[in-house]
Amino acid sequence: MSGKTKPKLAVWKFASCDGCQLSLLDCEDELLAITQEIEIANFPEASRAVVKGPYDLSLVEGSITTPHDAERIHQIRRSSKFLITIGACATSGGIQALRNFKDVNEFISIVYATPAYIDSLQKSTPISEHIKVDFELRGCPINKMQLVEVISAFLKGRKPNTPAHSTCVDCKRRGTVCVMVAQGKMCMGPVTHAGCEALCPTYNRGCFGCFGPKETPNTSSLSSEFNAMGADNDEIMRAFRGYNAYAEPFRKESELHEKENKNH
Amino acid sequence: MNKSEVIDKEGLNRLIQILIGRGYEVVGPTVRDEAIIYDQVFSIEDFPAGWTDEQEGGIYRLKKRSDEALFGYNLGPHSWKKFLHPPERKLWQAQKEGLDFDIIPEKPEHKKYAFLGARSCELHAVAIQDKVFMQGTHTDLHYQALRKNALFVAVNCGQAASTCFCVSMQTGPEVENGHDLVLTEVLDDKRHDFLIEAGSEAGKNILKEVKAKPAGEGDIKKTKEIIANTATQMGRKMDTENIKELLYENLNHLNWDKIAERCLSCANCTMVCPTCFCSTVEDVTDITGEHAERWQKWDSCFTMDFSSIHGGVVRNSTKSRYRQWMVHKLASWQDQFDTSGCVGCGRCITWCPVGIDLTQEVGLIRKSEPGQSGILSGNEGQNENS
Repeated sequence: MSGKTKPKLAVWKFASCDGCQLSLLDCEDELLAITQEIEIANFPEASRAVVKGPYDLSLVEGSITTPHDAERIHQIRRSSKFLITIGACATSGGIQALRNFKDVNEFISIVYATPAYIDSLQKSTPISEHIKVDFELRGCPINKMQLVEVISAFLKGRKPNTPAHSTCVDCKRRGTVCVMVAQGKMCMGPVTHAGCEALCPTYNRGCFGCFGPKETPNTSSLSSEFNAMGADNDEIMRAFRGYNAYAEPFRKESELHEKENKNH
Repeated sequence: MNKSEVIDKEGLNRLIQILIGRGYEVVGPTVRDEAIIYDQVFSIEDFPAGWTDEQEGGIYRLKKRSDEALFGYNLGPHSWKKFLHPPERKLWQAQKEGLDFDIIPEKPEHKKYAFLGARSCELHAVAIQDKVFMQGTHTDLHYQALRKNALFVAVNCGQAASTCFCVSMQTGPEVENGHDLVLTEVLDDKRHDFLIEAGSEAGKNILKEVKAKPAGEGDIKKTKEIIANTATQMGRKMDTENIKELLYENLNHLNWDKIAERCLSCANCTMVCPTCFCSTVEDVTDITGEHAERWQKWDSCFTMDFSSIHGGVVRNSTKSRYRQWMVHKLASWQDQFDTSGCVGCGRCITWCPVGIDLTQEVGLIRKSEPGQSGILSGNEGQNENS
């Protein structure tokens, strides 16, 4: 790569646990190759040395939860040629979006000794509600191999292979026996975006929906099946109200069962 | 007719050792994750002795039997296609050389599989995939290489699941074609034996080495009884008369909308179907861009990408995707391959998380054909690309 300027990468954090950006450091085997192809210009988790923007590629982790962050994301967009959001927080609001279903001021008054110091937005929202996002990488956390794939695709100007089909497809390709059919376990796999290589079902647990809704998710049919398996409205509501609670198809389904629950 | 012989459990173990000795990777039934699946086996110790399964739409349960039958189960989630047409396979790779690049093809795998425990419907499914992959102008060399070396030790079904309908599809339960050897398990208070017959020269050759005893009149009669009894246990049936015309004439039937309300478009039915053969290709580059690979992966007509062409997705609605799958499987497959795409194994019924049952859906369409009840959804389906 000598003689050629490397593209500049920046990693940004908003409301999140840092797990997704750490996936980049977890890349171990591929990390050296990544740093040879791309200049890590702004990544506080990895280095204090910050190279000024603009940046060719920005990876954005976390959701927007404060007025300050709602401003900051616009600055980042302005200094980024290509912007990819990584993880459930950035793509759907994350687990902290559970507050979107309640009154956040009530929490603040209970939790904090001096609520006046807290400047928080009513809702935790995905980055795409604030700026134009070029690509969204799903997962809580993201799959590091998918991150490498997305960066490779960006470097070569091709479309990344991150299929939006169900997690079931990955289960079947792995030869994993369906936990819903064979064990009667509630599993979000049929409505969940692939990407984790069907991790939970392969270890005998139902899918938690960490990668959010798949393309054309039929949440109501899955809910009816959960119900037939013996789950009540509260359990069904909780199944859809996880790390991607605020992703629209999951949000609507959980709200429906919350309402039903109150009516009974 | 081929000579019937008898072996006991030790004889079956001998057969496995002979196959291993001849360089086969023996694949057979074994219990894993609450189901009977197919994987490499080394002796009958690996077999699901005393286990069976109960199945319904969307439900599979592993159950204990009252005896120690080795083949006393129906069908599990796996089919032999996972070996002959693997879920993921590298097709070729490319390496950058200066300004040019070299293509490095993947050599077809010359592994020798012996499939032990294949049922009649499954042999029919393999015969269907043979047509898909080996007939016509584009032979799949990888499939062909594995298929040519494969040996089938089939088993006549001693029972049927509530989701079975091979009798309707004329694909069972008796093993008639496509096998090298066929076993029938005979088990009662006094004996636990296997009637064994060869179905090919390779099978005869192996059978000689097994040192089986000649079968008696009673054994042959018993086998016939077992198969006849299984045929009476079919939990499902499908009226296949004029099924092609029936489906072609009912592309706008209201029932497709009804199915779409339940269908998850999760693709499980196509993944477990032993004849579904669709795959996609994924091209990947590594970080350096010096190395690229092309992978073939199982795909499904239930995904959006599957019908994505220049300008967009052709089958956006779940309704259009389910209809595509069923009409292809039962009708246009006949035009394409001169056979039905369905062998009546019932896997798509059992492994559908919401238990959609194609035999029932065909029945509903047949029951309300125009002229009978006249239930049609008008022109809705004709504009089906939205």
